[in-house]
Amino acid sequence: MTAASPSVAAASAPNHLGRLKALTAVTAVAFLLGLGMALAYAGTDAIQGNVQRLFYFHMGAFFGAFVAFACTVVGGVQYLRTRNVKWDTFALAGVEVGVVLSFINLATGSIWARPIWNTWWTWDPRLTSAAVMVLVYIAYLMVRSGIENRDTRHRFAAVYGILAFSSVVFTLVVIRIRPDTIHPAVIGTGAQDAQGGFAMNSSMTTTLLLNMAVWVFLLTPTLMWWRIRLQNYADRVTQRKIAYMEQG
Amino acid sequence: MTVFARAVGAIFLKDMRAEWRSRELIGVMLLFALLSVLVFSFALELDRLARREAISGVLWVTVVFASVLGLNRSVAQERENGNVDALLLAPIPRAAIFFGKFLANWLFTAVIGALLLPLMTVLYNVTLASLPVLGLLLAGTWGICVTGTLLASMTLQTRVGEALLPIALLPIALPLLLGTVRATTGILTDAPVNDWGGWVGILLGIDLFYTVVCMAFYGVVVEE
Repeated sequence: MTAASPSVAAASAPNHLGRLKALTAVTAVAFLLGLGMALAYAGTDAIQGNVQRLFYFHMGAFFGAFVAFACTVVGGVQYLRTRNVKWDTFALAGVEVGVVLSFINLATGSIWARPIWNTWWTWDPRLTSAAVMVLVYIAYLMVRSGIENRDTRHRFAAVYGILAFSSVVFTLVVIRIRPDTIHPAVIGTGAQDAQGGFAMNSSMTTTLLLNMAVWVFLLTPTLMWWRIRLQNYADRVTQRKIAYMEQG
Repeated sequence: MTVFARAVGAIFLKDMRAEWRSRELIGVMLLFALLSVLVFSFALELDRLARREAISGVLWVTVVFASVLGLNRSVAQERENGNVDALLLAPIPRAAIFFGKFLANWLFTAVIGALLLPLMTVLYNVTLASLPVLGLLLAGTWGICVTGTLLASMTLQTRVGEALLPIALLPIALPLLLGTVRATTGILTDAPVNDWGGWVGILLGIDLFYTVVCMAFYGVVVEE
């Protein structure tokens, strides 16, 4: 039962619901502001037209996912060092939020690619590695769910979560070093075969920066916080069940 | 360092001896690889030009799945008779246990791959049996086996067991696969080195990274 005590402590600590609700409200307002700027304020791309507006969410979602998956690495390393369950919960929240954001990233990219590349999907190294990145983290959830012993589950999840980050790094790096990807790099120089890149004016840059900030600094932490809260309650229910069973 | 090297050597030789006596792993892996290559030749019905583009994919998919078979068996054998506990009790670094097991797995997988090269050269009439391709094979199987040995030690302790290894391993091994397949295709189509040389660099970098990470984490995976 010693292994269980940290999670009980974490769950019964002051749960900051007021602060979480305030953060959620701020996130909602900022998200709507970002959406409004993407739809109305940012200039329309001269060649691509309105579909280019998806890009603000596409990039925001990717970097939100990046931050969430980086949290999984931090959670994994910290769990292995301290063996405190709260870090495992942190890592799990990172994976689940990151997977959702990666799906948003893939979906917006796909909708954009249909008019620009004339296809929903193409087997390009960048796209393939982004899709595999999602699968790695789904595999993470499957590895987790297959282990009954709590300590083993947390240890294996930490190790796999750290290994899995290689796919995120690979996705980020592949566009910079591979000349045969058609995915454009909007910031910095992209591949020579890139199709659908565009130059941004100041209203577009402002919109991009605001949306990036919202997705990375507000949306991702808010979602993760809710997920951690949920996990703490779930752990507490499990503890109550075990205590009840032991009483007979 | 000498303790480390001697422990690695002893575990490696133990696996070689066990394999020499049972001929369990190599037999299963080789038969699977042969079947896979034959099934691919029916399934793809490749013409002469398409072959050169697709053959490295056939080779690598076959090698990866054969390695999954071998890795599962190799790690399961240790658990079946409780040998893994004996190894963990021994006063040797955990990383040495991992590296010894890994070296044996790597040798088996590389041997299977090396046998496939001349065979596929004959069957598909594409010059796979060359030193650059063999080098890529050694580098690619290195990364697959180093992650595979670690992940098999994990997945065999789960409820799903052996079925989970390919799910856990394939996405982690994808950067390796992408690099090896692209580089192999580059060699086969006589593309200039500049076109595929970058992938070899990526491959070696990932090999090094995975080796360090997996050796560091093995102790965490097997602790009780």
